[in-house]
Amino acid sequence: MGRPFEQIVSEHGPAVLRVCRAVVGPVDAEDAWSETFLAALRAYPELPADANVEAWLVTIAHRKAIDLTRARARRPVAVAEPPEPEAARTGGAADPSGTGDTDELWQALRALPDKQRASVAYHYLGGLPYREIASITGGSEDAARRAAADGIKKLRASYLPARNTEGARR
Amino acid sequence: MSESAEPTGTTEPGTINGAQRTELFAALRADEDTAMARLRGRLAVEAEREGLLDVAYRTLDSPVGTLLLAATGRGVVRVAYPSQDHDAALAQLAEVVGPRVLYAPARLDEVCRQLEQYFAGRRTAFDVPLDLRLSRGFRLAVLTHLSDIGYGRTESYREVAVAAGSPKAVRAVGTACATNPLPLVLPCHRVVRSDGSFGQYAGGAEAKQILLRMEAAA
Repeated sequence: MGRPFEQIVSEHGPAVLRVCRAVVGPVDAEDAWSETFLAALRAYPELPADANVEAWLVTIAHRKAIDLTRARARRPVAVAEPPEPEAARTGGAADPSGTGDTDELWQALRALPDKQRASVAYHYLGGLPYREIASITGGSEDAARRAAADGIKKLRASYLPARNTEGARR
Repeated sequence: MSESAEPTGTTEPGTINGAQRTELFAALRADEDTAMARLRGRLAVEAEREGLLDVAYRTLDSPVGTLLLAATGRGVVRVAYPSQDHDAALAQLAEVVGPRVLYAPARLDEVCRQLEQYFAGRRTAFDVPLDLRLSRGFRLAVLTHLSDIGYGRTESYREVAVAAGSPKAVRAVGTACATNPLPLVLPCHRVVRSDGSFGQYAGGAEAKQILLRMEAAA
């Protein structure tokens, strides 16, 4: 029998939230997280005792992200323009603590092809090995590794300079 | 080829070390604690609505320490004192009832309200559905009898043994009280030694004194 599900939420909830924020963006992340953990709770009694819980959760999150993205695409009117960074920062939803530039990072992540963004998120935020990522996103382990490497390369080129410039401006 | 989830010590264009990763993804941690609190609350509500909770629990601060309260769909199944290790109590519930155990306070609202009234001296008996599945046999017979010992009264271990149908099982009554899964609600604190001294208690001797003095003063 498994451990209390509450422990799964405590141990993996924050990392899965970061994955969701990176894959579907800050606006949809909480819906993705909620649907992921509700589905996980439903299936939890059947989870084998030796399963990789993080990989299991990321696999569910991956499916929920696809569902959410498709639902968004079906009703394009509902897709709001991303708020201006300044408005978002003072608006509370994005980053009241001022620890980072949520919207700028999301813009950079969103510019990546889906597979690169997913590979980056699942490896660097979810902690999954590329073998597991390949079984989630399809393709080979090497392809997942290359996708993550390409994604990181682009992120470092597009996001960090902008962020550092702005940091120096403040 | 070895694989690591913690890439370190490299600055190749397509890879990053731990510090670089922290810098690159810092924005994803924005507001994380409040977001997690909000998400956990939402999960508890949705899980309850979908009927997915084997056990809902919460804690309650009281004059005898922080209590763990847990309920199944049938009723309150566990009350645990701090000295009884809440994590162990939850692990046991996951084992016996089912692993879908979540911090979900709503299911415990009524028993909380009644316990608060009890500690305020405004309630002498509890009226909530109970799930007694953690006890069986003679221990269950003892627990069932405990509700007959009214507020402010006490019985000796020997008297309880007689009432539970096994006059010689005095020690077993002690064990049944010590392992009572529902202390306070099933008042094992009202079982004392024949010489009138308080004796042991699931929540510690001090808690037993506090409760018996509170009830005697009311």
